[in-house]
Amino acid sequence: MKYAKIVVLAAFAGLLIYGSTGLPDRGDPDNLMHQERSITNTVVAGSYFIREAYNDANTPNMVTVVLGDYRSIDTFGEQVVVFAAGLICLLILRKYRSI
Amino acid sequence: MIWEIELVLFLFLIISAIVALEAKDLLIAVVTLTIFSFTMALLFTAMGGIDVGFTEAVIGAGVTGILFVIALFRTTIKTND
Amino acid sequence: MRTQFESPIVLLGARLLSPYIMLFGIYVIFHGHYSPGGGFQGGALLASSIILIRIAGGRLVSRLQIKEFFTTPMAAIGVIVYFAAGFISVLYGSYFLDYEALPFPGDLTPAELRYYGILVIEIGIGIAVMAILVMIYDHMARGEDYA
Repeated sequence: MKYAKIVVLAAFAGLLIYGSTGLPDRGDPDNLMHQERSITNTVVAGSYFIREAYNDANTPNMVTVVLGDYRSIDTFGEQVVVFAAGLICLLILRKYRSI
Repeated sequence: MIWEIELVLFLFLIISAIVALEAKDLLIAVVTLTIFSFTMALLFTAMGGIDVGFTEAVIGAGVTGILFVIALFRTTIKTND
Repeated sequence: MRTQFESPIVLLGARLLSPYIMLFGIYVIFHGHYSPGGGFQGGALLASSIILIRIAGGRLVSRLQIKEFFTTPMAAIGVIVYFAAGFISVLYGSYFLDYEALPFPGDLTPAELRYYGILVIEIGIGIAVMAILVMIYDHMARGEDYA
């Protein structure tokens, strides 16, 4: 049974390595995700962000502009999730006073 | 982008992951998991995602280790049943 | 493994190291427009500096810095700061979280208004994350630390 587990894990690792050989190279500017138009010939939103981030928000760091301005409702939801997780930790771990 | 440094980092990553899985003492597992997290942050930085690497270094290598150690102090190995 | 004792050397080292971590956290929050960083990372750095004092000093020393009952309202204040930045812009006749309508004093262009709006919400995120991490630590370590 132990050898069967090792064989299955090795086969799965080989499958993953074989699948990763088909991925595009990292940092290649000709990748599909770096193009201005996607497969379906629609304009990718990232090209607008790269071009207009400094002019819109006067901020050199593009990641901050995307997280704080263009996708700010997403960040708000993330913060509400963190707040809810903290409240659940409080409700579970809190020691009540014995009555 | 220097592939020798990334190869060494990947070796550290795999070794620390295996040690964290196979260690008997749970405190050793927590410390090795912290090493795993920091190596992961270095790899993210080498790949160009500096914000993600920063978050991983602060959260994964800093706060999560403390919370795991506190959880180890609050629990016991033997059951009370 | 569960022995606990009071060590002045550890407390001295933690007291030496903690203000610099806190200053770096504030720097990461306020310099997030120009360098990697932002509210989440800076808040986690602030929380780690406070947790360092709490581990080294125990409850009596750490209560001087931030009291335990004060963390939960602080987390709520952080979320409310973020929500208020969005809701004030709705009240001034624009979309939710559209910083162009925020009433900052002075004669500012829309790009600079967005700049200061991003700064406001980063401060909100920092306060909330710091308070939540300290709150989780406090409720996990209650009754275990000495004094």
